[in-house]
Amino acid sequence: MSRPEIEVRGLHKSFGDNEVLRGIDLEIGQGEVVCVIGPSGSGKSTLLRCVNLLEEPTKGQVFVGGTEVTDPDVDIDAVRRRIGMVFQQFNLFPHLNVTENLTLPQRRVLGRDKETAARVAAENLARVGLSEKADAYPSSLSGGQQQRVAIARALAMGPEVMLFDEPTSALDPELVGDVLAVMRRLAREGMTMMVVTHEMTFAREVADRVVFMDGGVIVEDGSPDRVIGDPQHERTRHFLSRLLDPAMAEVEEETSDQVGKSEP
Amino acid sequence: MTDTDTALQPKRKGLTRRQKRGLSRGVQYAVFAAAVIAFAVTADWGRLQNQFAQADIAKQMFPDVITLALKNTVLYTLSGFVVGLVLGMVIALMRLSSVGPYRWLAGVYIEIFRGLPALLIFIFVGVAVPLAFPGTEIPGGTYGKVALALGLVSAAYMAETIRAGIQAVPKGQMEAARSLGFSPAKAMVSIIIPQAFRIILPPLTNELVLLFKDSSLVLFLGVTLEERELSKFGRDLASTTANSTPILVAGLCYLLVTIPLSFVVRRMESKAQEAIR
Ligand SMILES: Nc1ncnc2c1ncn2[C@@H]1O[C@H](COP(=O)(O)OP(=O)(O)OP(=O)(O)O)[C@@H](O)[C@H]1O
Ligand SMILES: [Mg+2]
Repeated sequence: MSRPEIEVRGLHKSFGDNEVLRGIDLEIGQGEVVCVIGPSGSGKSTLLRCVNLLEEPTKGQVFVGGTEVTDPDVDIDAVRRRIGMVFQQFNLFPHLNVTENLTLPQRRVLGRDKETAARVAAENLARVGLSEKADAYPSSLSGGQQQRVAIARALAMGPEVMLFDEPTSALDPELVGDVLAVMRRLAREGMTMMVVTHEMTFAREVADRVVFMDGGVIVEDGSPDRVIGDPQHERTRHFLSRLLDPAMAEVEEETSDQVGKSEP
Repeated sequence: MTDTDTALQPKRKGLTRRQKRGLSRGVQYAVFAAAVIAFAVTADWGRLQNQFAQADIAKQMFPDVITLALKNTVLYTLSGFVVGLVLGMVIALMRLSSVGPYRWLAGVYIEIFRGLPALLIFIFVGVAVPLAFPGTEIPGGTYGKVALALGLVSAAYMAETIRAGIQAVPKGQMEAARSLGFSPAKAMVSIIIPQAFRIILPPLTNELVLLFKDSSLVLFLGVTLEERELSKFGRDLASTTANSTPILVAGLCYLLVTIPLSFVVRRMESKAQEAIR
């Protein structure tokens, strides 16, 4: 196997006294889809944000496509062009229409000319099934449509890797499917993807690997069948049972709090 | 606290709440009307008209009051606004900078210039600057001086407004831009500042109205006949004609601009309110 597309070595991250990541090692191969699951506050978003250096790691190294992201001398803007990121809150640019949301970054960051940028934008809007919304403003779109535009915006930059941070968590349930369908298709096309999600069906069907995080460490890492279907660790089992049967949560709230929370 | 409230309370003698409210409103109107009538009756309208509304004097002001005085007022205001905006933007960005000394310098500027009367700043520009830099001329003559003075006056206020606008843009916007590969400066220019300006357009327009009025302070710089603006023009004519009609006309010229501007601001504010909903 060639070099992993994403490689995380001994990653630590603290916010003040709060150590959120306590030594993460993770490799994601080219074209691999890895879903990251875990309880709230376990550091999933922080891990994802360390991969494109939206958060500065306290210790450890991150490589993307063989380039060390954590090298102090690295051109971080150049690295980020190769890493697409999709946020829970979409973060479309509200003062620009859909097409401009896709063309402005291409023109300002990649220096593409107007025609090329427009062509690439149209291609990627078609890819997420939103060609007819090209002239709409984000505020007039549904959450699901906004998220698909956000995915298209990231794709228009031609990334080698895509990071998704709970892309469907802010959506009404009936809109989740459209976004997942786009991501499924992206996975089939061979995109390297790291997805923080609570969508277990998606993880089971699409992911090559599932990583379970708790308390700032990776507790379990393996195929979906193993991690979701036959978890080896008590913490994983506990988390999954609460996810599948939220009613259980209330009964066990107290114990899980003691396990999960170590901060004052 | 209206009808349902009253309905719940045990029946009392006398007025209901609604009747009381009606009565109090009636008293307010009556007092207001009485004040207006008292003013109208006691004022000496004949003398007022004589002093402030002489048609032939008013006529003789035209077209200069528009082509010269109003034009200069607008020119001074706009040039001051542009200088203030540029300076204010620089100071706002310094205030938000991660570099300590920049933040500190910007803070000092804002505190000093926000606390000084505009008049003092005009005198400062007119007197202190030529003294401090002998031999150098502020480019643009009087226009340059006014632009500088009004710019200094407004920059502190605008810096605070712009900073607030930038901070009102959700953090996710900067993160999205950075994750697409924008440098911090590029993200600021193409993503954050355009959104900030939409937020602060109403307060900026208000500042324009304030500057419009402050431009009258130019008379403390000493201006030539051609450089007079509305206030100076009106005053000069008032003293040569020994009549105050020019003051009234000049005042109306100010309102001609400020009232529509205020109207535009209110429109923008209600639009912004709608957009939030
Ligand atoms: N910018 C920050 N400053 C301080 N603390 C932070 C910051 N970002 C995250 N944290 C803390 O780090 C911990 C982990 O946060 P993180 O967002 O990574 O968790 P998560 O696994 O993504 O949780 P969730 O499922 O709720 O999104 C939390 O305790 C949070 O309070
Ligand atoms: Mg998170």
